Amino acid sequence: MENLQIRLRQNAGILTAIGIFVLFYVFYNFNHPRGFAPAIFIQNSNEVFTLAMVAMAQTMAVLLGGLDLSVGAIMTLVNCLASYLLVGSPLQIILGFIVCMAAGAACGFLNGCIVVYGRIQPIIATLATGAIFIGIALFLRPSPGGNVDDDLSWVMTNDLYEIAATYGFFDDGEAAWFQPIAWFPVPLLLIILIAVLVWVPFSRSVTGRTVYAIGSGEGAAYMSGLAINRAKIAAFTLGGFFAGLGGIYLTLQTSSGNADIPQAGAYTLNSIAAVVIGGTSLLGGIGSAIGSIFGALILRTISFNFRIFEIDPLMQPLFEGVVLLAAVSLGAIRVLRVKNTLDLFR
Amino acid sequence: MTLAGITKRYGGVTALDDVDFACSLGSVHAVLGENGAGKSTLIKIMSGVVQPDAGVMTLDGRPVSFARPSDANDAGIVCIFQELSLMPDLTVADNISIADPPRRFGLIDRRAQHRRAEQLLARIGCEDVNPLLRVRDLPLSRRQMVEIAKALAKDPTVLILDEATSALTSADVDRVFDILRGLRDDGIAIITISHRMHEIEAIADECSVFRNGRHIDTFAQGSKSEAEIVQMMIGREISAHFPPRPPPKPPEALETALDVAGLSWEDRLSAIDLSLHKGEIVGLGGLDGQGQKELLLGLFGVLKGVTGEIKVAGKPVRLAAPADAKKAGIDMALIPEDRKTEGLLLPMSIADNLVISSLGALANGILVDRKALQQAVADGIDRMQIKVGAPDDPVSTLSGGNQQKVVIAKWLMTDPAVILLNDPTRGIDVGTKQEIYRLLRDLAEAGAAILFYSTDYEELIGCCDRVAVMYDGRIVNELRGDDITEHNIISSALNISEGTAPEAAS
Repeated sequence: MENLQIRLRQNAGILTAIGIFVLFYVFYNFNHPRGFAPAIFIQNSNEVFTLAMVAMAQTMAVLLGGLDLSVGAIMTLVNCLASYLLVGSPLQIILGFIVCMAAGAACGFLNGCIVVYGRIQPIIATLATGAIFIGIALFLRPSPGGNVDDDLSWVMTNDLYEIAATYGFFDDGEAAWFQPIAWFPVPLLLIILIAVLVWVPFSRSVTGRTVYAIGSGEGAAYMSGLAINRAKIAAFTLGGFFAGLGGIYLTLQTSSGNADIPQAGAYTLNSIAAVVIGGTSLLGGIGSAIGSIFGALILRTISFNFRIFEIDPLMQPLFEGVVLLAAVSLGAIRVLRVKNTLDLFR
Repeated sequence: MTLAGITKRYGGVTALDDVDFACSLGSVHAVLGENGAGKSTLIKIMSGVVQPDAGVMTLDGRPVSFARPSDANDAGIVCIFQELSLMPDLTVADNISIADPPRRFGLIDRRAQHRRAEQLLARIGCEDVNPLLRVRDLPLSRRQMVEIAKALAKDPTVLILDEATSALTSADVDRVFDILRGLRDDGIAIITISHRMHEIEAIADECSVFRNGRHIDTFAQGSKSEAEIVQMMIGREISAHFPPRPPPKPPEALETALDVAGLSWEDRLSAIDLSLHKGEIVGLGGLDGQGQKELLLGLFGVLKGVTGEIKVAGKPVRLAAPADAKKAGIDMALIPEDRKTEGLLLPMSIADNLVISSLGALANGILVDRKALQQAVADGIDRMQIKVGAPDDPVSTLSGGNQQKVVIAKWLMTDPAVILLNDPTRGIDVGTKQEIYRLLRDLAEAGAAILFYSTDYEELIGCCDRVAVMYDGRIVNELRGDDITEHNIISSALNISEGTAPEAAS
């Protein structure tokens, strides 16, 4: 019982985020003329995926106690790269996927090396590399364009039934056992798979634990004999990988590559917001990428609500800012309960 | 393990000069010395934090060199540092197993890790610490026990303790010593640095004394008297340990500086009544964690929701922040528990740290008067005899004792009328301790009222005119004059009413 209480208290940030998300999303569906319909669910999942990935990427740097200003740029770079590579024979497409994922990871690896061996603060190192990545993206795609395998683009942005139907699995998706899960959106399944198969093992590995230790107290982590440099490089590499996955999905969603600088910037800033809303401390050491996924979900749900209430697009940034501020403030409520004001600064 | 001809220089300062040192398996070796004698550098070299400029280190007859702490750990040398090496945001279990967690399928096995933490904590008698808690949420004395559990988890062959007992309660110290004796009998070499002489007497087999970066002598514990050892450490004769206590003033001559009535906070402080008089040093005693720290913080405006009345010089005051407590007319100062985080701005210079609390007085309109500032810095360094290279060096370059002097000097610049001290001599060498005792008495004689919390009973007995002993958030007894004995403090601390009967608070 006591242990449960401790766990609840230590995970208050992410639990609050989940609560807010459920509240906002149910509210949205109640007010939507076709609320609680599979089509809405699929559409929303599509819109969430890229930001969720970029937010996970940002989490890596934040857990170390830094900020990564290049996540949007890595996403954009991989987006432009993928707009060339995701066509042709199945083998070519698979190879394209691998190259794109490797490119994202390589960008992150570069960030990590600069931070570790150049001893440069992450925020400034990634400000510079972000500009470089955007530069390469512009070189790849001076103007928007590209081509993506149509079937692939269709199934990745739809439900499981479409995968089966398109590629002829499970009696073209008509198998009786398949029906209970056929409605599930592919992007949502992918988010869950990536979280469970990549993030969870990482967070429970010694390297992952070291990342938390660095964010909590780098000196103490070093004195404890931990491999600090390796963990930092691993964290940034994984961050680049996540951002690259976001870029790949953006390509599938839009069937094109676009070296859109404002879009890259917007994703970077939103990723920081998502990380904070998801209960990760900007000081490092506390939080999780799963929290950031919920942070991304909350941010997107706010815009969904704008759509159905037909708020003037010119007013949206204003409203978004206010709602964001309110959401982040919820996390600060604990301050009111602190009786020893010295604890506020610890 | 032996070290031969080890030399280490930091810039122009020679921290260790051609030092030979040896410790053998199955014995406890105490290293003694003043601030800056080179003890910390010695263990930093042995544990791979810094590399020597010259000299050879051998372990088991083989020459070794460590490029980083993990190399030393791999060789079986584990150090418990004075500056805690715990990650505050990780749980106790995570911290204990941080370097080599139990794994299953390559991932950390959290259940096994939890069990391991429970076992190790039970071994050092800390069953009350839940391994799920974050280290941040533990009091300092528990953190230090976790630190010891963490070191034991590495199965050391050479275990180094750098002031590892300084924040522990005496019951914990006894338990830790029992474990250390057990480890020694298992054939582990233990090196300990401590400024508490009675602890060294209790545990050490051999002692080595260092002074100014040189190894002075090594001898079997017990072969030299305490006075001889102290003289070797400081290289000069010291007359008395504590400054003499003036005779108590008659009650009518007492002038009240601070009057506290019915002070309560959460479940940690209940109905505290206490008065401080000008010219008086009042000690706070009792077991660790009985509300002494909270009382000091409460008086200094750090705690929210404090009930009861605080009167300064007869006027009731409401303090919402340390900035209020510092104001003219209230003039309080608090020397905080943790000088690294609460006392100093580590990356800033010694000069900046010295004047940071009194900038208002040094300001000329809105700008700080540079000349007055320099004068104030020079005065502060002079008054406390702080050993500094240049006032513009970062304060983090000073040794522990000199850092503490900076903290005290910083507050003295505000001319406080009420001085609160939270265990100011923790982890500080004998010489500096004595300077602090002398200073406290001088300040009291100059009219300040001093409230002094210490975990060291000897200090309370030697320094204080009165000792208020706390138990479970209450003041259970006030001892004065010749009633301040170790026996009386301990029996009050355990809330056993023997010895002097509890008197009503004055």
